[in-house]
Amino acid sequence: MSALAAAAPEQDRGRVAAARAAMGLAWSDPIGRVGFLLLALSVALAVVGPVVFPFDPTAVGKTAADILRGPTAAHWLGTDELGRDVFRETLAGAQVSLLVGLLATAISMVAGTAVGLSAGYSRGWLGGLMMRVTDFFLVIPTLPLIIVLAAVVGQSLGVIILVIGLTSWASTARIVRSQVLTLRERVFVERIRALGATDWRIATVHILPNVLPLIFANTVLVIAGSILAEATLAFLGLGDPTHTSWGTMLHSAFTNGASSRGAWWYLVPPGIGIVIVVLAFTLIGYTLDRILNPRLRNR
Amino acid sequence: MSRRRVRYLGSKIAQVVITLLAVATFNFLLFHVLPGDPVRLQARAGHLQPEDIARLRELYGLDQPLYAQYFVYLRDLLTGNLGTSFSFREPVAELLAQRLLNTVQLLALATVLVILIGIVAGVIAASRRGSRLDASTVVTSLFFWSLPTFWTGLVLIFIFGVYLHWLPISGASTPGAHFKSFWDGAIDSLRHMILPTITLVLVDIGQFVLITRSSLVDVMTEDFILTAKAKGLSRRRVLWGHGVRNALLPVVTASALYVALVIGGAIQVETVFSWPGMGELIYDAVLKRDYPVIEATFLLFAVTVILANFLSDLLYLWIDPRVRNA
Repeated sequence: MSALAAAAPEQDRGRVAAARAAMGLAWSDPIGRVGFLLLALSVALAVVGPVVFPFDPTAVGKTAADILRGPTAAHWLGTDELGRDVFRETLAGAQVSLLVGLLATAISMVAGTAVGLSAGYSRGWLGGLMMRVTDFFLVIPTLPLIIVLAAVVGQSLGVIILVIGLTSWASTARIVRSQVLTLRERVFVERIRALGATDWRIATVHILPNVLPLIFANTVLVIAGSILAEATLAFLGLGDPTHTSWGTMLHSAFTNGASSRGAWWYLVPPGIGIVIVVLAFTLIGYTLDRILNPRLRNR
Repeated sequence: MSRRRVRYLGSKIAQVVITLLAVATFNFLLFHVLPGDPVRLQARAGHLQPEDIARLRELYGLDQPLYAQYFVYLRDLLTGNLGTSFSFREPVAELLAQRLLNTVQLLALATVLVILIGIVAGVIAASRRGSRLDASTVVTSLFFWSLPTFWTGLVLIFIFGVYLHWLPISGASTPGAHFKSFWDGAIDSLRHMILPTITLVLVDIGQFVLITRSSLVDVMTEDFILTAKAKGLSRRRVLWGHGVRNALLPVVTASALYVALVIGGAIQVETVFSWPGMGELIYDAVLKRDYPVIEATFLLFAVTVILANFLSDLLYLWIDPRVRNA
């Protein structure tokens, strides 16, 4: 619990050490450790896999027998509806999933922190308006919203990242705001203000760093959600058709009737991929939440 | 009803009205001002002369100023005029009415199961906190939470439909079948519901288990639990009568948020199992870029979630003593 004492607002310098200590605590927790190991596994597969087993999307089957064929010595996990190698395709899909998950989360964090900070810090109409907007985005069902935006705006990878990022920030904004509301009244803020610091400086230099540990766990969970969102969107036919992802693979598998044709080798690998990556972030996020969230401590 | 309860109710109703208006405005901007101009969408497909486009614009009222279009849009919404589907050539409102019942039928059963089983499993885990049973409940919940809904459905189809041939894998009933009695038909419907329901329950239950568990663990450390134990009440009375009763508040909030979640689940499950509901409708509409249907379905989903949240606010009036006795 020494990590938590170090995270107390007034001690700025202890923050890096506190983050390291939180990671250490998460590693010593069995659930957290499994999460880290799964994450290491999926990052290794995503980085090394396509180098060792490059996927060529144009390497289609030459005869009808090559299509949706079960595992063979040449194709370890069989072939898809075009006769392409499912094993190599699955390794290629890992990159898109991780990329979308991380970038969308980065957008979501920046937006959520900015809205939460201004909603919590400014006392006037701006704060109230920001909070109403946050509540609005909390209430709207996310998947239909993402579907509608992707259907109207377009299907490139950039748009998908933007859409997922801009629809998942509301919970972060709420957490940040409630923290800012209590920090704002602390004596140390009063002192800094008396020394003549501007609102902008107080908010970004003194309050923001003290909020970050609390949204850390939330960030990791948002990554899991973003990866699931990309997979779901792509599965529903709204993915980027020029990039192979686990979601687009499962979309092709579904529209070509892989499950009713018994082509388990086409169905299982991309799904396992999604589960491993999402489970990794979920386990780490859950463990960090227990360590960093003061309300959940000692559980 | 005390004055403060009336004010609580009034502010919640005002919030609902404002949110509904915001959703309608958002929808209007998205579909009528952004690339979704219906005439441009139709003109994209065919070879329309400029004068035809002008006539179509007049027909849709797109030659009117934006604020006038907005008020016409709101009036149409209030009178249930949701436009005509591009692909079905039917009024969207009628399409929705046919589909809504199927979705409600599917989701009602899944929701009841998720909440009931989730609460019971969470209570059992919390009451044996730290045990092996508790740890495995947490891990299992996190695992189910990480499953993509659509993929879980596909795997169940493969195992129980294709491999074992136990259960039907698509639709809400056997097409073209004539049943000897009402019961045969009902059993056929139920058999079609089993796999979609199991999918939804598996994927969504983890959240309820974890919320119930952590809320109850929290409550069990409170002083009044110690008092109840000191009074000599039985373990079961303390747990259910004092613990669970007070731990359910976050669960009610989670149930309202669950409506938003289960709508996402319904879209995936109905797509995978070809269940003729709202979710399959929006999937079809997206593939065919049938904008009036996408728009109306989204609106209906959003309104449902807003009303569910309002309902949970009302529930608080009855169960939360801080609001009830105010």
